[in-house]
Amino acid sequence: MLEVITMDKWQSYRDRFIQLLIYCLVLLVSAVFVWILFDLIKGGWSHLSWEFLTQSPFDAGRSGGIGPILISTLLILLVALITALPLAWTTAALLAEYVPVTSQFGKTIRFSLQVLAGVPSIVFGLFGNAFFSIYLGLGFSILSGGLTLACMLLPILVSTAEAGLRAVPQSYRLSAAALGMSRTATLIQLLLPAAAPTLAAGLLLGIGRAVAETAALLFTSGYVDRMPDSLLDSGRALALHIFDLAMNVPGGDTPAYASALVLVVLLLCINILAMKLAYGLQRRRIMSL
Amino acid sequence: MNATPDNSLQNSCNCDDAYTLGPLQVGPPCCDPQPVIQVENLSLQYGGKTALEKVTLDIYRGCITALIGPSGCGKTSFLSAINRLIDLIPTCQISGHIRVDGEDIYDPGTNVQALRRKIGMVFQKPTPFPLSIRRNITLPLREHGITQRHKVEAIIEQVLRDVGLWDEVCDRLDTAALSLSGGQQQRLCIARALALNPEILLMDEPCSALDPIASGVVEDLISRLSGRYTIVIVTHNLAQARRIANYAAFFWIKERAGQLVEFGHCRHIFESPTHELTAAYVNGSRG
Repeated sequence: MLEVITMDKWQSYRDRFIQLLIYCLVLLVSAVFVWILFDLIKGGWSHLSWEFLTQSPFDAGRSGGIGPILISTLLILLVALITALPLAWTTAALLAEYVPVTSQFGKTIRFSLQVLAGVPSIVFGLFGNAFFSIYLGLGFSILSGGLTLACMLLPILVSTAEAGLRAVPQSYRLSAAALGMSRTATLIQLLLPAAAPTLAAGLLLGIGRAVAETAALLFTSGYVDRMPDSLLDSGRALALHIFDLAMNVPGGDTPAYASALVLVVLLLCINILAMKLAYGLQRRRIMSL
Repeated sequence: MNATPDNSLQNSCNCDDAYTLGPLQVGPPCCDPQPVIQVENLSLQYGGKTALEKVTLDIYRGCITALIGPSGCGKTSFLSAINRLIDLIPTCQISGHIRVDGEDIYDPGTNVQALRRKIGMVFQKPTPFPLSIRRNITLPLREHGITQRHKVEAIIEQVLRDVGLWDEVCDRLDTAALSLSGGQQQRLCIARALALNPEILLMDEPCSALDPIASGVVEDLISRLSGRYTIVIVTHNLAQARRIANYAAFFWIKERAGQLVEFGHCRHIFESPTHELTAAYVNGSRG
């Protein structure tokens, strides 16, 4: 009897210790984020203003703002997403719904996407430069930058969307089929809405990577910091701007901090927006006639 | 085979006021054995492993046929062969013939969507879509080209009344179907199948995931549906099969493959089975 009690005591100590350890580790991870955010705010908050967000940079970015750079970043992102999303989601639908898991075709596509996911971004940059800028004659432009990013985003978008579709219970497919619904209708009306949260999560990861990308854009969208007139103009992305200010411009630390703060806040906003979007989509599907 | 009408069936044809099943369709009396599904030498294999071997069986129009037998003897496979749901399993191979209304459903020219409209199916676990109650019914209707608003509304009310759900949900048709209780969800699934106006209903243990009261409600509903629909039901609840079925088919596993041992009037299977395996199973001494 006594032995049982001491065992329990020992186990409860161990449980508490492990619990404490997990709390500490979580705290540590959160602390890293808070520290980065704090550092950015400390270094860049004073420089932040409405003028900084809207004005063009002067003196290589030491003064002035990041207006054109924000516009270029958003345009590059838009081009990348408009190109990559339809491709990625249709590929995911094909892999998850139409091709048997064991088929050679599916395996080959999955393998090539895995390889693509492992390619360093600088290699994408070189490929984009050679193919989009030179071979297709798009030059250093927002368009070639966006298309290069689209190639980079494909693996992450496909794999998250495929996982999302596969996670939808098989019973939905069976009952839809038993009601005489076609596969296409099942996919569009049931499976994609059910997978919407995962699709949004994948989209987020993609946007995060795209907004933060530097190396792939160096050789494709270039680093002209003027306001772009069209998609065929060169445009400097925000991450590239930060890199340039921090590495190549003496005295550019404060604007670099401020730009990084803008980038992080932008990512946070996109995050919250996408989550709300997924939630709203689900609700609309449930509520609508 | 005994052609006199079954007593239990006559009772079940009297509609309760709470359920408005509408006028019964004109057809042969419930137990005039007129085959609507003819299964001939049906064998099923999953990736080379035989699940069902040489089943020959007639399902009669307007009757409830219960499929009984131990787990893994191929009852569910048999059921999903009838509406070609096993097409969704890539490794499945089928041989033999299934004729519905005289037409071989495994004929290459068969319109599978139309077939599945004619043959509704209800699963073991209630499977409402994560949509509103209304959209659970309108979605398949729209897929089959029924979109006029007044027609759709009429069908929704009709089928929800048929399953006795109308009074419970008529004021909240636009709330999530998943917010219903298990028994209500299962009745919604039956209503959803009825909305397509099928001839045949396949039911795969429709009560086994429900609590006893909800199970009783669904069971009553099933016996009310007989006569108007041909029902094939898989059940592990022998008492239930005995209560509601007109015919029973007993499956057993022989050499790792499911086989049909005996088929006949429910009363015969339960009271005077010809096969000793059947007798042992229904008496509870085997299986």
